[in-house]
Amino acid sequence: MKHMTRKATRHVSQNEGLIFEKSSSGKAAWKLPPLDVPEVDASALLGVSERKDLGNMPEVSEIEIIRHFTRLSTWNYAIDLGMYPLGSCTMKYNPRVNELVVRLEGLANGHPYQPERISQGALRIIKTLSECLIEITGMDAITLQPAAGAHGELTGLLMVRAYHESKGDPRKKILIPDSAHGTNPATAAMVGYSVENLKSNAQGMVDVAALAAQMNQDVAALMLTNPNTLGVFEQEIHKIAEIMHAKGGLLYMDGANMNALVGKVRPGDFGVDVMHLNLHKTFSTPHGGGGPGSGPVAVKSKLEPFLPTPVPVTKPDGTLGFEYDRPQSVGRVRAFYGNFGMFVRALAYILANGPDGLRQTTEDAVLNANYIRKGLEGVYDLPYSTPSMHEVVFSDKLQAKKGVRTMDLAKRLIDYGFHPYTTAFPLIVPGALMIEPTESEPKEELDLFVEAMKSIAEEVEEDPRTVLDAPHSTRVSRLDETAAARKPVLRWKPGS
Amino acid sequence: MRYLPKSPADRKAMLQAIGARSIDDLFSPIPAEYRLERDLKVPRQMAESEIVDWFRERSRENGDTYATFLGAGAYYHYRPVIIDSLVSRGEFLTAYTPYQAEISQGTLQSIFEFQTMICELTGMEVANASMYDGSTAAAEAVMMAVRLTGRRSVVIARSVHPEYREVLTTYAHHQNLPLSTSSFKEDGRLNLEELEQSITPDTACVLIQSPNFFGTIEDAATIAEIAHKKGAMLVVSIAEAVSLGIVEPPRQADIIALEAQSFGVPLGFGGPYCGVIATREQFVRQMPGRLAGQTTDRNGKRGFVLTLATREQHIRREKATSNICTNQALVALMVNIFMTIYGKVGLKELAKQNLAKTAYAAAQFSKHAKVLLSGPPRFNEFIVQTSEDPYAINSRLLGHKIVGGLPLKKFYPELGNAALWCCTELTTRSAIDTAVGLVAESERSVRSAREEVDVQEVAP
Ligand SMILES: Cc1ncc(COP(=O)(O)O)c(C=O)c1O
Repeated sequence: MKHMTRKATRHVSQNEGLIFEKSSSGKAAWKLPPLDVPEVDASALLGVSERKDLGNMPEVSEIEIIRHFTRLSTWNYAIDLGMYPLGSCTMKYNPRVNELVVRLEGLANGHPYQPERISQGALRIIKTLSECLIEITGMDAITLQPAAGAHGELTGLLMVRAYHESKGDPRKKILIPDSAHGTNPATAAMVGYSVENLKSNAQGMVDVAALAAQMNQDVAALMLTNPNTLGVFEQEIHKIAEIMHAKGGLLYMDGANMNALVGKVRPGDFGVDVMHLNLHKTFSTPHGGGGPGSGPVAVKSKLEPFLPTPVPVTKPDGTLGFEYDRPQSVGRVRAFYGNFGMFVRALAYILANGPDGLRQTTEDAVLNANYIRKGLEGVYDLPYSTPSMHEVVFSDKLQAKKGVRTMDLAKRLIDYGFHPYTTAFPLIVPGALMIEPTESEPKEELDLFVEAMKSIAEEVEEDPRTVLDAPHSTRVSRLDETAAARKPVLRWKPGS
Repeated sequence: MRYLPKSPADRKAMLQAIGARSIDDLFSPIPAEYRLERDLKVPRQMAESEIVDWFRERSRENGDTYATFLGAGAYYHYRPVIIDSLVSRGEFLTAYTPYQAEISQGTLQSIFEFQTMICELTGMEVANASMYDGSTAAAEAVMMAVRLTGRRSVVIARSVHPEYREVLTTYAHHQNLPLSTSSFKEDGRLNLEELEQSITPDTACVLIQSPNFFGTIEDAATIAEIAHKKGAMLVVSIAEAVSLGIVEPPRQADIIALEAQSFGVPLGFGGPYCGVIATREQFVRQMPGRLAGQTTDRNGKRGFVLTLATREQHIRREKATSNICTNQALVALMVNIFMTIYGKVGLKELAKQNLAKTAYAAAQFSKHAKVLLSGPPRFNEFIVQTSEDPYAINSRLLGHKIVGGLPLKKFYPELGNAALWCCTELTTRSAIDTAVGLVAESERSVRSAREEVDVQEVAP
């Protein structure tokens, strides 16, 4: 390995087995207080329903648990360690004050069914966040119930469907650009729609003429990501909206990329009828290794009657409450009110930013992406030269000539101390390198990233093997995913 | 803005490097007529201390000092301190989905351990990495049964959490899955004769909850037999995970949809919680959600990856088993740590304390009011029927800083003045005695008011 890595260096990492391998009878990490009511005889109370044995559940002490999970944690990369440029994922800083306020007694221990009289604090948070998100999106109404982006899509399309049905015009199809994320078509199918693909044009944008040709009375909505998954703003968005509306269709916006827009432009102003947000992307709630998220859905007033129940309202006496009686509602999409803990964090983020901070955040996110683009142009193939917003998508075309693909480059990036970019999509770019730095990266980190990517490109020319065998510095080398899927081992068993 | 790591000089240098005159150049792809030329109308930028104060105020307005008898799908259990110590580690908190396995082994191994423990506790062979919550897990489990059986209709026990049933109704609506409900008997258990009749050759599955919404433990073995005899599957929803410490799991079920909130997840006004689906190995390819699996690296070393991704939306798009992508990973980690702390012995002892508190409370209440649907074994919850409207009693209880049981009129009007009470290991005897005292007082005053009326009517 000729090239030095400037950001990362190796250090000792602790080995750690599975927790079951540390278990032995009689160890404990728990202690219950004495009962203040009479003991009971479980067998007498439960009869045949009594459980006698808890199988292979572990028995370990507290220090072992602390060490176990702390050691595991050190095997993860994280935003707290450095740049995490996963395109479409918006891996930004997760403020710590958010974690403090969500744990305040009344919020952490609030029961979803406690009387509204003593739920005014939670309701105020829901209302304030709703108002902020409505203002940010330029829409008219919102539900915070969906638990993630895909769940928001489901909720949004259910409302689209209810809207058309209320007009006696149940439509059959959803148009989805070929650049879309996999959840979009998967969601459309769950709502009973058939999916029709929409081809992108040479600029990576919606082909407006093709859309006009494909749009007809059978189409319920177009699901559009804007900026799209190439990080490109759909410049003809007003025409797109017009085409949809002229034939009675709706414009759905996947708001995964709102980090490029907040404070600069509002989807409600450019013709969007319904959209979801990802509080776990744009609004800084932590990804937590895959969730939880929160996917609020904002709508124009014509869709408001169809919002999931319950809907938060201000009562005549000025107190806040929930309204359940909404005859046109699509119904509930989950129990209770949504991932409330994420609402608290997202609102804390908005309050920490204010209007000026939100705008600056967006500007910095777009600045960072363009800085990377500039730094890597020519080194990596840029399949679409259309201006980038918050992310930039290169391809592995130049490196593929040496047999090195985007996943190989990504794995090599790990050795340089960075998390890889997104490799899985957009499908319209074969061998995509989808890079989203977010606003959270200082110039120094971006410079190191560009340097690392250039260095890897040189390695591909001089010593492709190094890249193909990467990563070299992790505790495990490349893992055999094929074997994992062929003969799935999905749980530990004694003696295994 | 304190989260932004750039000086004005940095920004200037970067713009120069890009070759842009100003930041506005970078936003020129947005048509001018749509650009926002004003400040967003959101609250002004606040200092950290102001943010903490604002939320403290909200916390105080949110019943921060009340004891609670509410359960109904959200349970107040003790959360050991180390759960938050560990999930607050940035390496867990601020990591993405573990798609890049080599630098995500911590998350992946913990999911593998989670899946293992869920299997041990539920008696199933495979469990996924999590679903949004118990309600969506139940709905997706039902849809899974529909795919597995090739049948379309679903029989749902009326004793399943009413909001879970609402969610299933929403999900099923546009997939044209006919739903029917099966009622419960006087003793709180499912009416088996009625159930047997409602299963048709088109029934994909029967969905029950056990312990059910009323706390009653269903006879899952018999229900499974009835369903299987007619070629239908049994899907069991479990909303109170602590019950698994002492209650035999429904091993005869084909799919279990669990809400694991009881295992170390804060009530948090209803979320985020942690749904999980567990099933038999033969059904795994129709399972929704992520799965971690064991494999080896190039040197033969054990490691873990996300696997069987061909079920998922990023590969299969409209043919995927579900649209779920982001799940509840960090909450599943809380659950994982909780299960590790209590383990084989502690979970049982914990569940026993829950049984004892509930038995005591139900016995005390039954001295003064009617405890409905009793007979079969129960866990943590029971229904008290009073003469007075439970809302009125609850409102007096609030004066004692106690939140009473959940009035059931909204969900089960036929039960009259009934409320669903819940005890856990955290319910104190003194809170139980106070609540029982108020209910007793209410019954006495209703009775004496009635006697007064009787006396007046008798008087000439
Ligand atoms: C463009 C886009 N749409 C939808 C989603 C799905 O969102 P979630 O994972 O929150 O369900 C993603 C997630 O990565 C995305 O990037």
